Amino acid sequence: MSGRVLVGVKRVIDYAVKIRVKPDNTGVVTDGVKHSMNPFCEIAVEEAVKLKEKKLIKEVVAVSCGPQQSQETIRTALAMGADRGIHVDVSGKDYENLGPLQVSKILAALAKQEDAQLILLGKQAIDDDCNQTGQMTAALLDWPQGTFASEVSLEGDKINLVREIDGGLEHIKINTPAVITADLRLNTPRYATLPNIMKAKKKKIVTVKPADLGVDVTSRLEVLKVEEPPQRQAGRV
Amino acid sequence: RLPVSTSRRSSALLSELESKLLYLGREYPKGGDYFRDRLRAAFARNKAVEDPEQIKALIARGEYVARELEALYYLRKYRAMKKRYYED
Repeated sequence: MSGRVLVGVKRVIDYAVKIRVKPDNTGVVTDGVKHSMNPFCEIAVEEAVKLKEKKLIKEVVAVSCGPQQSQETIRTALAMGADRGIHVDVSGKDYENLGPLQVSKILAALAKQEDAQLILLGKQAIDDDCNQTGQMTAALLDWPQGTFASEVSLEGDKINLVREIDGGLEHIKINTPAVITADLRLNTPRYATLPNIMKAKKKKIVTVKPADLGVDVTSRLEVLKVEEPPQRQAGRV
Repeated sequence: RLPVSTSRRSSALLSELESKLLYLGREYPKGGDYFRDRLRAAFARNKAVEDPEQIKALIARGEYVARELEALYYLRKYRAMKKRYYED
């Protein structure tokens, strides 16, 4: 058993930023806007690092797909305790069209290449709210999945998981290797402190292209229009 | 006066603390500049302190502020996520 965990981290517009739609309605304004790691991905990184601290797994590898700036997000994961990073370089139009299907193909290829035992992801990204990447990755690998996890514990070569579902909590036991997606209450992510950020500069980030992994990132989706939600009417009492 | 080794250690701890707080203070609700100015004023105000016990107490207070900031940022984010994604 490799004891290796892959954690996917996505660079998204910071949760506190007020989103503005571009005047041409093709998307939202991202230039010059503050970006950070998707909050659910932070929870996934924290869980992976905790497993390593408990000596239940040996290595945490942070993965991000996107342009050069995605390396900043990987650096944050390294500062939180991940061991090394893989940056899958996707930019320009390819990046604009990058979605869960292509990302899950990339993650599946990396999982095989890195002999990963576990893939940890956030349940969804706060920009597209797809909530699909974990599920698709598991399906592509034919691995079990534990989505919306609010509790994870390893028991031998199995995982006990508590899932947050409508109406309550579901307890399941799955085999490894597996894909787990993190829900809000799984843990409290640590803050990447300045000394840890400095130390993380020594950790390695390797850059690869989707083609190196045999993945075609052509999108099967076309965004027709992006617009603001209708203005809320003032309520009446 | 403090023995040289103690004052060197203190000043290393102090500059580590100051950079830690400066870094954390960037997201302060009233503004990063507001925080930075008040932080610099606080460090300047206590610059002359030599009593090791007092220095220890001031450093402890600085560490406390750092932990409070981390908690503030976490709660802000957690509450935003809870409000947006969970019906309670």
